[in-house]
Amino acid sequence: MAVKEIEIILSRQLADCLNIPIFLVDPNGDLIFYNEPAEQLLGKRFEDTGPMPVAEWAVIFKPRDDHGNLIPPENLPLVKSLSLKIPAHGSFWIENIQNKTKHALSVTSLPIIGQANRFLGALAIFWENKQS
Amino acid sequence: MKVTFWGTRGSIATVGAQTQLYGGNTSCVTVSDKDTLLILDAGSGLRVLANQGFHKQFKHIHILLTHLHIDHIQGLGFFNLFFDPDAEIHLWGPPSSNTSLRARLNRYLSPPLFPVRMRDFNCKLHIHEVTQDQFIIEGFVVNSNFVLHPGPTLGFRISDGQKIVTFIPDHEPALGNPKFAIDAEWTSGYALAKSADLLIHDSSYSEKEYKSRRGWGHSAMHHALLFAELAGVKRLELFHHDPSHDDDELLRLFHHHVDGKWNFEVHLAIENSVIDL
Repeated sequence: MAVKEIEIILSRQLADCLNIPIFLVDPNGDLIFYNEPAEQLLGKRFEDTGPMPVAEWAVIFKPRDDHGNLIPPENLPLVKSLSLKIPAHGSFWIENIQNKTKHALSVTSLPIIGQANRFLGALAIFWENKQS
Repeated sequence: MKVTFWGTRGSIATVGAQTQLYGGNTSCVTVSDKDTLLILDAGSGLRVLANQGFHKQFKHIHILLTHLHIDHIQGLGFFNLFFDPDAEIHLWGPPSSNTSLRARLNRYLSPPLFPVRMRDFNCKLHIHEVTQDQFIIEGFVVNSNFVLHPGPTLGFRISDGQKIVTFIPDHEPALGNPKFAIDAEWTSGYALAKSADLLIHDSSYSEKEYKSRRGWGHSAMHHALLFAELAGVKRLELFHHDPSHDDDELLRLFHHHVDGKWNFEVHLAIENSVIDL
C-alpha cells in the first residue's frame, strides 16, 4: 500500500467537502477518489468500488459532442490535464452505458503539481449544463 | 542510538517557573551514535546544546530542518560552531517552489531580523536541499517526506539499521479528515511513522483548542495518540508543547488522554531528557 501524497490527501478532503461532482485521478489516469455528488454521474458508490483503474472507469461513459459524435479521448479535459499538465475545460454530453442516463456536462480539470514540482495527478470538476 | 531533547516547546520559547519540568525552549532534538550528531531542528534548544558543548564529542555534525518557521530555526544564529573555521557542518532542509533553501534561510539570518548574515558563517557549510528523499548520513539512513503543515514541511524517519526514530514536530494529519485515523493510505506521515521504535510528534492542543485552531498545522494530543496507534509505533513522545500550557496543564491533558488507554508507551517530551534506543 502506497501512502498518498499530502497534495492528493488535501485534494480528496476538499472534494469530500464540496457539493459538486469531483474526480481525482493519479498520473496514470486511475480514479483514486470520487465524491458523493460524482457517485450520481458514475452510478456507483466509492465505498463500494474503491479506486478504479482507468481501463475500468473510462469506459463507463461515452462522451459525445452536440451532434452526437464520439469525442476522442485526447480532446477530453481530464486527459489534456494529465498528458499536457495544463488546466483544461470542455462541454459535452455523456451517456452512462450502465444506467443509460445522459447528461450535458461542463468539465474543468486541473493538474495537481505539488511541492518540489511533483506531478501527482489531476482533479476534474463537473457540473450539468442546465440550459441544454 | 541516543535521542536527546534540547527543546520541546512549540511556537515561542516559554521559559519560566511554570514550564521547568517539560521545558520552554523550542524544537531541537538530537539523534547520535558514536561519531555522528544529527540535530533535528534548530529552535532555541540549539543554543542550550551549544552552550553545553555537546557537539564537541562528534566528528560529523548534520542539522536537519523540518521547515523554516521561526521556532525551528531561531537557534541557528546561536550555534557557535558556525563561526569556527575548522568546523564542517551539513545543513539539510526543504526549499520552496521558487526559493532555494539558502535564500530562505537568509531571510531570517540577515538584518533587520538578525544582525549576522549567513555569509558571515566561516565554518565549512554544506547546504543540502531535501524534499521527498532517502539519503545516507554516515551510519544513518534518513527518509524525508512532506507532511501536512503550512508551507513546505518535512518529517524525518531515521534508521541506524536497528532502530527507527521518526520526527514530525509540526503536523496536522487530522485536517479535514472525518475518518482520522482509520485509513493509513490516506493519512499524512504514515509511511514515516510506520512501526517506528520512537515517534516524536506534534501534540500542541487540547481538543477544545483544536476546534478554534483548525488549519494552523498542529495536532491535538488525542490526534497524536491516534496517529501513533495507527502507525503501530512502540513509543510516542508528545512534542511541540503549546506555549499556553504550563507543566500542570500538560500533566492534566496527559492524564485525561493517556492514562491506561494505549498499548504503546507514551510520554510528554521533557527538555534535557535522554532516550537510549
